[in-house]
Amino acid sequence: MSVLEIRDLHVSVGEGDDAKEILRGVDLTIRSGETHAIMGPNGSGKSTLAYSIAGHPKYTVTKGSVTLDGEDVLAMSVDERARAGLFLAMQYPVEVPGVSVSNFLRTAATAVKGEAPKLRTWVKDVKTEMAGLEMDPAFAERNVNEGFSGGEKKRHEILQMRLLKPKIAVLDETDSGLDVDALRIVSEGVNRTRSDSDLGVLLITHYTRILRYIKPDFVHVFIAGRFVEEGGPELADKLESEGYAAYVKDSAEVAAAEAAAL
Amino acid sequence: MPESSETTTLAGELFAPGVGAQAGPPTTPAAGTGSAGEAAPGAHSSGGPTPTGSPAERFTATDPEAFGDPTGREEDWRFTPMRRIRPLLQGAPSDAALEWDADLPDGVELTRVEAGDPLLKGLPEPADRLAALTRQRSGGAAVVRVPAEAQPDRPVTLRLTGTGGDDVVWGQLVVEVGAFAQVTVVLDHSGSARYSGGVSVLAGDGAHVRLVSVQDWAPGSVHGGQYDTVVGRDATVEQVVVTLGGDLVRLVSNVTYAGPGGTAELLGVYFADETQHQEHRLWVDHSVPHCRSNVLYKGALQGEQAHTVWVGDVRIRPAAVGTETYELNRNLVLTDGARADSVPNLEIETGEIVGAGHASATGRFDDEQLFYLCSRGIDAETARRLVVRGFFADVVQRIGVPELQERLMTSVEARLGALPGLADQPVEV
Repeated sequence: MSVLEIRDLHVSVGEGDDAKEILRGVDLTIRSGETHAIMGPNGSGKSTLAYSIAGHPKYTVTKGSVTLDGEDVLAMSVDERARAGLFLAMQYPVEVPGVSVSNFLRTAATAVKGEAPKLRTWVKDVKTEMAGLEMDPAFAERNVNEGFSGGEKKRHEILQMRLLKPKIAVLDETDSGLDVDALRIVSEGVNRTRSDSDLGVLLITHYTRILRYIKPDFVHVFIAGRFVEEGGPELADKLESEGYAAYVKDSAEVAAAEAAAL
Repeated sequence: MPESSETTTLAGELFAPGVGAQAGPPTTPAAGTGSAGEAAPGAHSSGGPTPTGSPAERFTATDPEAFGDPTGREEDWRFTPMRRIRPLLQGAPSDAALEWDADLPDGVELTRVEAGDPLLKGLPEPADRLAALTRQRSGGAAVVRVPAEAQPDRPVTLRLTGTGGDDVVWGQLVVEVGAFAQVTVVLDHSGSARYSGGVSVLAGDGAHVRLVSVQDWAPGSVHGGQYDTVVGRDATVEQVVVTLGGDLVRLVSNVTYAGPGGTAELLGVYFADETQHQEHRLWVDHSVPHCRSNVLYKGALQGEQAHTVWVGDVRIRPAAVGTETYELNRNLVLTDGARADSVPNLEIETGEIVGAGHASATGRFDDEQLFYLCSRGIDAETARRLVVRGFFADVVQRIGVPELQERLMTSVEARLGALPGLADQPVEV
């Protein structure tokens, strides 16, 4: 049983006078086995939240805390966070020329598990998981993300999640840019992990489409750097029919009122 | 990757300008040098009688004075730090020598010919002043002879060690490989020297020759040289250039074909640390039908004022129908303050070819790559090693001498700054 706790998280980008606050007090608790959907319009700071949890150097935490089972995540380096059990499936996975998928996966697994996986079972595991995501075995010999289609990149992200077995996975717009087939394959991979492990999922998305495949336990609406509403799966249905307009309007009014008060 | 660009030129495009980050302007003849039309009276030229525009018809001569004294503005020298190569260009005669340690398999002969020997007269001519000086000052040549049809059981290894001193060492080596022989020759340069060495590989018909030249010089060393390759009918020559050490290394590799059906593979890896200048210039002259050439050079740079230059000229003359050629240069810039120049040039004078292309890309090992690998639990040092090892692997594997491959990768990794404890995490290529 693991728990990721985010408390009053404030995050900015840029330095000095150019610093801009993106996250403005985020509170969230994710436990093993739970799936939380975070929904919000473009520019609301959803991806910033994902990257801040993973420790991207571009983002500066100015206030608040993130803990995993009581351990201070913000004090950890990027690789330490991954080894502690956090995983970020990226919206735009990065190309790494000259490094094969198979070498990359094995190196990552070695780092996360603390020892090299036994070769025979490892090869079998990789093959099985690749088949589960309908990936061609030849994929393993290609360079990481180099020349991958959008769907291949996302499947590769989920493959890593399957093999590295994190405690908490943050899926940052994993559904964006996918056709229906790829969306189904990727979603099945996530659902398989939810059913055969205790994974906690933070599913960040702009659209409700993926929520028809991955049923969330909780839905949070994220506007202008903070949560403005939380509820069950029914909230996603409401968003699907009404969109973000009401929230964005509220947010703009609040911001205007705040500005006037200063 | 930011700062990267890639182009592929197909048959039919007559001339493609240089591409790649920080690539200079297309190769054009500089005033007073480089074109046959402006040659000094009496100079020899292996090129045609009239310049054909850009890139320039190439000027060659045995007389150093035919080239004039380079100022650094000439196309051939515009990337080279002239102050640092000046000791070689001054051309003072000397008796200084490298220390030779030769490992010769049975049947392979190492001899010497004196200046004026017919063998030397038949070599491809020098293409710049330094090469001409080298031919003149070396006063003869060491000759490695591999008889026809020989298949030595191990590589011919020449360990050439610099013993220090300010005097320039002038050297000329000829590797003469008989028809249908198969041989690997390793030139392993180390120690401290100011060295200018010409190397000519003459591959007989149907021969298969691999020449590996390692520049693992001590800091402060300066090494210039022209490497000529004459590919016999149906012969294959692989040249692997590995430049790691020294203050300045500038190698000019030229390929010509003596008959149809020849193949030249020009492979290179280089790793420049702060203030190192590593320059590799290639010139492949397709003048006979049905030959192939493939160029693959990869370099990594780190540290302030690390500078690498790769210039790849390929010319397909009207007679060279059925030519197939491709050249690729990739540079991996590991830190700020390093500069990689990459200038491919392809000139095609016949449409009757199988294929011709080039690509050049210079990219950074950027924070996003590092972040991606680290976000999967891989520590930063291992991530760097993984990327650089992977980057070089496809060229290094082609050396075909396992001990040497291992040594080079170890050397590269040492320079990346391995942390203690990494040995517990084997990284496989």
